[in-house]
Amino acid sequence: MIKPTPSRQQSLPPPRKPRIAVLKLASCDGCQLAFLGLGNRLLELAAMVEFVHFAEMGPLGSLTDLDITFIEGSLSTQEDLETVRSVRKESRYLVTIGACATSGGIQALRNLTSGDPLASVYPSPDFIDFLAHSTPVSSEVPVDLELWGCPVTGDQVLGALRTILLGAPPPVEHDKVCLECKRRGISCVTVTKGVPCLGPVTLTGCGALCPSFGRGCYGCFGPSENPETASLARTFSGLGLTPDEVARRFLFINSNAGPFREEGERWQEG
Amino acid sequence: MSDDRILRIPVMARVEGKGALEMTVSRGRVGEVRLRIFEPPRLFEKILEGREFREVPDIVARICGICPAAYQLTAVSAIEAGFGLQPGEEISRFRKILACGEWISSHSLHVHLLAAPDFLGYEDVMEWARHDPESVRRGFELHAVGNALLSLMGGRPVHPVGACVGGFFRFPHEEEREAVASRVRAALPLATDLVHWAASLPYPESERAFVSVSLRAPDSYPMNGGRIVSSRGLSIDPSDFEAHVEEFQVSHSTAFHSLLDGEPYLVGPLARLNLNADRLPPEILSLIADSGIRLPSTNMNHSLLARAIEIRFALGEALAHLEKPSTGSPSSLPVPIRESTGIAATEAPRGILWHRYDLSENGLVRKARIIPPTSQNQTIMEADLRESLETGGLERPDEALRKEAERIVRNYDPCISCATHFLDLTVHRRDR
Repeated sequence: MIKPTPSRQQSLPPPRKPRIAVLKLASCDGCQLAFLGLGNRLLELAAMVEFVHFAEMGPLGSLTDLDITFIEGSLSTQEDLETVRSVRKESRYLVTIGACATSGGIQALRNLTSGDPLASVYPSPDFIDFLAHSTPVSSEVPVDLELWGCPVTGDQVLGALRTILLGAPPPVEHDKVCLECKRRGISCVTVTKGVPCLGPVTLTGCGALCPSFGRGCYGCFGPSENPETASLARTFSGLGLTPDEVARRFLFINSNAGPFREEGERWQEG
Repeated sequence: MSDDRILRIPVMARVEGKGALEMTVSRGRVGEVRLRIFEPPRLFEKILEGREFREVPDIVARICGICPAAYQLTAVSAIEAGFGLQPGEEISRFRKILACGEWISSHSLHVHLLAAPDFLGYEDVMEWARHDPESVRRGFELHAVGNALLSLMGGRPVHPVGACVGGFFRFPHEEEREAVASRVRAALPLATDLVHWAASLPYPESERAFVSVSLRAPDSYPMNGGRIVSSRGLSIDPSDFEAHVEEFQVSHSTAFHSLLDGEPYLVGPLARLNLNADRLPPEILSLIADSGIRLPSTNMNHSLLARAIEIRFALGEALAHLEKPSTGSPSSLPVPIRESTGIAATEAPRGILWHRYDLSENGLVRKARIIPPTSQNQTIMEADLRESLETGGLERPDEALRKEAERIVRNYDPCISCATHFLDLTVHRRDR
C-alpha cells in the first residue's frame, strides 16, 4: 500500500466535511428515527459529516450551502412550500425520506374528502396555516432521490448517504414485495389464506414484513414499477371484497401515489 | 433602557416535532405564556371516518413515530371494549411486552438524545459522546434493546405490524423469544447503572404543588389498562374521562389544551411513579430508595430520573413475561363485530392516551376521538414556565432565560407530533 509522504499530507487543505441537514414537515417523526436509532453508527457518522441542521438531535444551523438535505414530511402549509423552495436552492442533493415526503403520506387521505376537513376537528380553524391538500416534496421542487417507506430504515438512509458521497448512482429498489416473499420462502397469504395483499404491486424494502406475520402487505413502500393494479383489484374483488373495501386497500399509506390513487378512485366510484 | 424585551426561540431543539414559546414580562412578573405548537394538523380523527376497525391500528400508529405501539394498543383495547371482547391472559402478556419495548425505546431516546445534555451542560448528544462515550453507548444499547422487544412483537420498531383487534397476527417463536430475553438479561445491569447515574445528576430544586394523573391497575404498575386516578383522590373508569376532562383550542397552537375538573394536571412517568410506587417490585423500590428521590416528588426535574427508573422496571417486566412458558392459546380471538362505542386508555411512554371509537354495525368508524398525553400536559407546562422563571429571577440575560425555558419544556418530553409543531420563545418585557 502506498502511503502519502508526511509533507504531502500536510500540504493538503483539511477536507471539508459534507454538510448535511435533516428537516421535518408534516409527519410523525418516525423516519428521523432512521438516523437517531443508528446507535453507535450515528456517532461514527457524526464524525464523518457535519450535521448543520437537525432540530430533533440538536443542531440548528442556517440552511445554507448544504451538500445533502433529507426531508421528512409532506407539504401541508404555505410555510412548508417556502421552506422547500429555499432549501432546494441551497442543497446539492435533495433526498426525501418516507411516505409523507415522497407521496404525501397517510395525511393525503384528506385530499380525497370533500368539504373543509379542518372544521370538523378544530372548532376555530381560522388560527391555522393549512393547505387543503397534503402533497409530496416533488410537487413543488425537483427531488434527486426519493426513499420510500413508512418508515424508511437506517440502511436506506445510510445507503443513500454513502453512494451520494462516493459519487455513485444511488441504489434504487425495483423488486416487489411478492418477489421478496419467494426469496424468503414465505408462503403466499393470498393463495394459502385468501388474504388480500398489495405485495404484487408494492416496492420491497421491508423484507416482506407483513406476509411474514401472516397478513397482507398494506403498501408502506409505495407502488412498484409497472404495477398491475387493475388485475390485483379484480383478484381482491374475487376474494369477496366489496368495491369500497378494494378502494380502501389502495387508498391507505400512499394514497396520493399515482397508480394507487387511480385504482382506488376507480373502485370508489364503481 | 427599553421597557420591553423580546426573547425568541424560533426552532426549539431536542424536542419531538416543532414548537415556539412567547412570554410577556411586566414589572418583574411573567404575564402571558404562550407555548405555541404549530405542527401542521394531520386530521387523524377525520381520516379515520369511514375506515374499517381492522385498519384503525395501522392508521393511528402514524400519529407518532416515537410511540406507535401505544396508539395501536389503545386502539385495539378501545375497539375490543366496544365489541365486548376480552383478550385473555396470554394476549395481554404479549401486549405488555410490546408496551415495555416502547417505554424502554422512547425513554432511552428522551433521556440521552433530548434531556440529559441540559443537565450536563452539553449542546447535544454528539458533544456529550466526545466527553463521556460510555454513558452514551449505554443509552444506545438500552434503546436498541427496547427496539428489539418492539421488533419481536411487530417486526420493526417504528410502525410495527404485529398487533390487531383480537390479539396478534402471530406470537413470536420460542427461539425468537429466547434470543431477545438474553439481550434483556444483559441489559438489566446497564439499566441499574443508568438509574444510579440519573440519580447523581444535579437537579435544580423545585417545589411545586401539581396534580398527578395516571392509570392505576389492581395488582401491577399501570401500562395497558386500569382506572384513571389523580393525586386529588379522583378515581374513574376511562369511559367517564370525557365528563371530567375539558379540551380547548387556544389561538397560538394546533394542539388542544386540557384541564381535569377545571385544573391543570401532569401525566407521564413522574405522575405514574408518584401514584403507583406501591405497585413496583421490591428490587425497583430499593433502587428508588438508593437514588435519594422521595415519592411523591414535587420536583418536575425528576422526570428524567423517573424515566430511568421506568426503563429498569420495564426490562424486568418484559423479561418476566418472556420467560413464562407459552400456554399454546391462539394469538388472536374471533372478533364479534357489532354497532358500538368503545373507549380505552393506556399509559403511553408520555402518559395517558385515551381513545374512543363509534363504530357502525359493519365495523366502520363513524366518529373517533383521541386525547394524547402532550396536549394534556400543555396547560401545566405553561404554568411551570411562569412559576419557575419567576422563582429563578427574570433579571437574568435572555440567553439564560431561553436555556432554562427549553430545559423546563423538555422535562415534559412533549411529543409535538402527537399533539399535532413548535416553540418560538418570545419574551415581551415591560418596565425592567
